[in-house]
Amino acid sequence: MSDFNPKIVAFVCNWCTYAGADLTGTSRMKYSPQVSIIRFPCTGRIDFMLLLKAFANGADGIIVSGCHPNDCHYSSGNFHARRRWIVFRGLLDFLGIDVRRVQFSWVSAAEGAKWAQLVNETAEHIRALGPFSGYQRLRGQGVG
Amino acid sequence: MEALRSKARELLAGKTVQVVIGYGPGSGGGARAVFIREAAQADILVFDGTCQQNLAVYLMKPEVRKLGKAALVATPPALRTILQLAAENQLTDAALLVLAVSPSGNEVVPLATFAALEAHVAALDHGLGAADKAELETYAALSLERRRQFWEEQFSRCLKCYACRAACPLCYCTRCTVECNQPQWIPVPAHDLGNLEWNVMRAMHLAGRCVDCGDCSRACPVGIPLHLLNRKLIGAVFADFDFRSGMAAKADNAMSTFKPNDPEDFIR
Repeated sequence: MSDFNPKIVAFVCNWCTYAGADLTGTSRMKYSPQVSIIRFPCTGRIDFMLLLKAFANGADGIIVSGCHPNDCHYSSGNFHARRRWIVFRGLLDFLGIDVRRVQFSWVSAAEGAKWAQLVNETAEHIRALGPFSGYQRLRGQGVG
Repeated sequence: MEALRSKARELLAGKTVQVVIGYGPGSGGGARAVFIREAAQADILVFDGTCQQNLAVYLMKPEVRKLGKAALVATPPALRTILQLAAENQLTDAALLVLAVSPSGNEVVPLATFAALEAHVAALDHGLGAADKAELETYAALSLERRRQFWEEQFSRCLKCYACRAACPLCYCTRCTVECNQPQWIPVPAHDLGNLEWNVMRAMHLAGRCVDCGDCSRACPVGIPLHLLNRKLIGAVFADFDFRSGMAAKADNAMSTFKPNDPEDFIR
């Protein structure tokens, strides 16, 4: 399992976490290359279907991150997103989908170090969980 | 039952409403929806334990709306559906007269305004019954792997007929995400991945809106217990946001509002 390199997709907001990840880079901090970052205008735009599509297309883990509460560029996008995540997480769990594969976090534009740590720890975590073969197997079933 | 028929006769004869939407005799000993437009036909109305369909589903159909002002025979879930549709700005009380029937069918309470409907609904019991609660807890208590197996087996039978959507009074979008093909969110063929995605989407789009009438499960031709998903989310929305759908004609939607202190122990 040690040679398994997980694919992690990070859905981040433009204003906080993307800038935070940018700071990680400009600060020359190294972090796991397993993550592919997708930039969104706001966490409020991150529909649960996008997360499902990431899993369907081979992601082993997902990071969803945006501005801390009260720091949203659009004042309430992250609050709305948080409600959606609460409900969505509960539904995934009820359906027997391991919610440990989706890591939610708040990373501000000043938290470059937090971003590096978040990605590294999530990568280790997903590495330990192994490939998300249970979900990826669904792709092969039936006509597609 | 006679109370219901005479009320319908009176409403149609007096032209208070143009159509009475109620239950009539259906095939196989069941009941089906009937649309009565003349007082003389009111005698086909029935009401008994087989009358479970949520008739509020018809209130959103353009062909039914064209018939004019309707009187709707409403079971408790239908009453809440009407309030939820009102809260979503889909109904006004001028277009509707609600006939709330007691479980025996002997008593008919006409509710002409949303205020009267709210008062009536507030007096009803909305929690899950003991058997329903036990059913939900049985599934929730299975191990993660057993839950996955259970739902994978259930969804593998899904035909993507979308009967659950057609039966649901709150699935009223004229253009559903399912019909959207740029991008194709939900794959057209009925394979396991698309079936899971469709059912997750259906449940999520009803979160904080579903009134637990159970018509999705009753409509499903392959017997997928869809009501379990809805009940899971109804429970979560009530526990986490202290919100119950279909209780007031003017209410925010649980999923388009927030509280600053919503639980976030899972967020790093």
